[in-house]
Amino acid sequence: MSYKAKFKVWRGEGGEGKLEDFTVEVNEGEVVLDIIHRLQATQAPDLAVRWNCKAGKCGSCSMEINGKPRLGCMTRMSTFQEDETITVTPMRTFPVIKDLVTDVSFNYQKAREVPSFTPPEGVRPGEYRMQQVDVERSQEFRKCIECFMCNNVCHVIRDHEENKPAFSGPRFLMRIAELDMHPYDVADRKESAQQDHGLGYCNITKCCTEVCPEHIKITDNALIPMKERVVDRKYDPLVWLGNKIFKRSSK
Amino acid sequence: MEIERHEYDVVVIGAGGAGLRAAIEARQQGKRTAIVCKSLFGKAHTVMAEGGAAAAMGNVNSDDNWMVHFRDTMRGGKFLNNWRMAELHAKEAPDRVWELEAWGALFDRTKDGKISQRNFGGHEYPRLAHVGDRTGLEMIRTLQQRVVALQQEDYETHGDYEAYIKVFQECTVTRLLKQDDRIAGAFGYWRESGAYVLFDAPAVVLATGGIGKSYVVTSNSWEYTGDGHALALLAGAKLINMEFIQFHPTGMVWPPSVRGILVTESVRGDGGVLRNSEGERFMFQYIPEVFKDKYATTEEEGDRWYTDQANNRRPPELLPRDEVARAINAEVKAGRGSPQGGVYLDVSTRLPAEEIKRRLPSMHHQFKELADVDITAEPMQVGPTCHYIMGGVEVDADSGAASVPGLFAAGEVSGGMHGSNRLGGNSLSDLLVFGRRAGAGAAAYVESLAARPRPAQEAVDAARAEAEAPLQRSGENPYEVHQELQRTMNALVGIIRKADEVAEALEVVEKLKERAQLVGAAGSRVYNPGWHLALDLRNMVLVSECVARAALKREESRGGHTRDDFPGMNPEWRRKLLVCSTGDGRSVEVEERVQPSMRDDLITLFDRDELKKYLTDEEMAEFDGISK
Repeated sequence: MSYKAKFKVWRGEGGEGKLEDFTVEVNEGEVVLDIIHRLQATQAPDLAVRWNCKAGKCGSCSMEINGKPRLGCMTRMSTFQEDETITVTPMRTFPVIKDLVTDVSFNYQKAREVPSFTPPEGVRPGEYRMQQVDVERSQEFRKCIECFMCNNVCHVIRDHEENKPAFSGPRFLMRIAELDMHPYDVADRKESAQQDHGLGYCNITKCCTEVCPEHIKITDNALIPMKERVVDRKYDPLVWLGNKIFKRSSK
Repeated sequence: MEIERHEYDVVVIGAGGAGLRAAIEARQQGKRTAIVCKSLFGKAHTVMAEGGAAAAMGNVNSDDNWMVHFRDTMRGGKFLNNWRMAELHAKEAPDRVWELEAWGALFDRTKDGKISQRNFGGHEYPRLAHVGDRTGLEMIRTLQQRVVALQQEDYETHGDYEAYIKVFQECTVTRLLKQDDRIAGAFGYWRESGAYVLFDAPAVVLATGGIGKSYVVTSNSWEYTGDGHALALLAGAKLINMEFIQFHPTGMVWPPSVRGILVTESVRGDGGVLRNSEGERFMFQYIPEVFKDKYATTEEEGDRWYTDQANNRRPPELLPRDEVARAINAEVKAGRGSPQGGVYLDVSTRLPAEEIKRRLPSMHHQFKELADVDITAEPMQVGPTCHYIMGGVEVDADSGAASVPGLFAAGEVSGGMHGSNRLGGNSLSDLLVFGRRAGAGAAAYVESLAARPRPAQEAVDAARAEAEAPLQRSGENPYEVHQELQRTMNALVGIIRKADEVAEALEVVEKLKERAQLVGAAGSRVYNPGWHLALDLRNMVLVSECVARAALKREESRGGHTRDDFPGMNPEWRRKLLVCSTGDGRSVEVEERVQPSMRDDLITLFDRDELKKYLTDEEMAEFDGISK
């Protein structure tokens, strides 16, 4: 039932750090986060890790396990061989604060730059009427637990610090799609998705979809449809003509 | 090291549903507001809420209204509730839910496009606004995004997102500061850097949630260390109803690492049934006298209720949570439990697989990923888990004000609203209704002040020394003290209590108090969980003492307090509240206080026959005088 596992855990702060070796007890039914907690309780009380719900609902314990972005609380130890060394490192796209804890403020900054839900004037609370089928599209995206693993894995910003100012990452491009598909949102979000949030940088490799612990089809259901909406706008002949005429007359 | 200083009108501690709603209100009333939270913004424990927010909108059954909701809430709490809070809650919940929709929330819909409402234990009609089984996440995200929307407004007007509302995330408050008898601010530290921070503010709203981390088996996250309860006590405020703790009947029991994690009540609301190892639907044996005429007595009637609620009574799986938790406990004790020490909760034979996945997506996911159990094909194993504390800071119902001027509380950290037992779904609506009221109460209080109180320097120095101490000494590992506290509370002040066991727990707590004073934290001050736990221990120990002292004193069984040696409900005890306070900041005193009688127009909403089960003869005579 119980065995000793070998772990390598990244430890360090202030830009310095290294992998440290641990041998630690593992019991039946445990997940990687349990093992990190056992290390804290028995060998390394100051080992830093974020966590909250331990049930895959809050998205706090994002880390990289054997190089793959995973939630520590949803990665069962039974998926590894008993003699396998398990390597746990912090998310790579964000600066490390200490050990497994990273500075994810990039995400909060991008969240703030997406214009909020904009309902039409004059609809009072309690008067909203929407059909289930119409809310389901955005509901899928609102399942997001903000673990930020999609942003962590996205090659546009993973190892490309220079793209961060122009690119909001799958999480917030999906947020724009969510609002664009909200039955009561009246803001025009298409141009801003492209201009301000870097939708064009995405070349739909679907890495974000693969790591999403909520199994949201980020690429197929949010990013590609959003790209199509942007393109429709850009190449819509009437819009094109309108833009031409408007530009001419304003000269 | 310099202490970082900030000036605000209102400081809200906690960023769950109640904290965010309070902060939004204070900011909307023009107050400069800080939100201080231990986790990242948007991770608060509210995200774990699954079932929904109870609000008598009447979208699914038009017979529902605030009076029915009020009655259900009082019944659920065994008539110990602060009736004014229960009244405000029932009246205002629909507006608070509709408001979320105007801020972008997307609830599940009825056929005619309104917010859909689901059945839940103790609620007479389908009443819970929900989004599948992830309603708490929807609520947190909506409130978080509302805060961002306000910040965007402020950016437009003032060129600064944080001009009027700022989130201090991963920041822990360790002391409230006063000038004379008034709140003057709060002291804390940044978890990230270990640096100290001082908030200079005349009003503080506590919205810190509960105390579950004093127990081994709990649905609560690490944040639930009773911070707000302890901060309030230490600032001179009072806690009520601390003996009442809700053990949610259905927590996961296997694997061990997830023991206690919640299995939503919606499983039962949507048709799931409880069975013992003999395959018996045992809840029919456990319908208590007070609820006899409200629940089905045969499986056939219970099953018919899901499709025809007008002509059938609800199945007993939907009794209030305390009843179901005790029943499961009794079945397991009688040797009719499942292999891993729970009972079976089965939805697989009750609904088609696709329907289960649609209605209960996160339960399906949770069992698949954590226990390798497919709930569409086999039953779950479940057992009681420490879930919610009904007790908390004694507040004024209308404003959320505590007895200390400038101190407010809302949500789980406040007491009274739920009496001795909370109904499922009444928490999310509680957060919204009283979060808003506490935010407004704090704003009005700040408005009324002639001069701003300032925190005394000695208090700041003392708070700093207290926080610094574990880093300075090499002492016992705080994890060990914590684990002993959890074991003690779980074993001796758990779901079933006895005088001698609770007394024994108090002796242990007394020793742990000493040990908690001597724990050490190895390592640096940067993101050091050992240090953080060392500081949280003070709160957990203090709050555990409140729970145990009150539990020892209340010699009856009611709601979330079951005494093996006093198994019945006693009308004399119904009117009594147990009030905890501390004089020296080290030990807890408990005194009895009489709860005021219900207002005439509220008590007459109940039938005489029902009241007779709860009230004393003297109170009944009073009632007969009114209803004549």
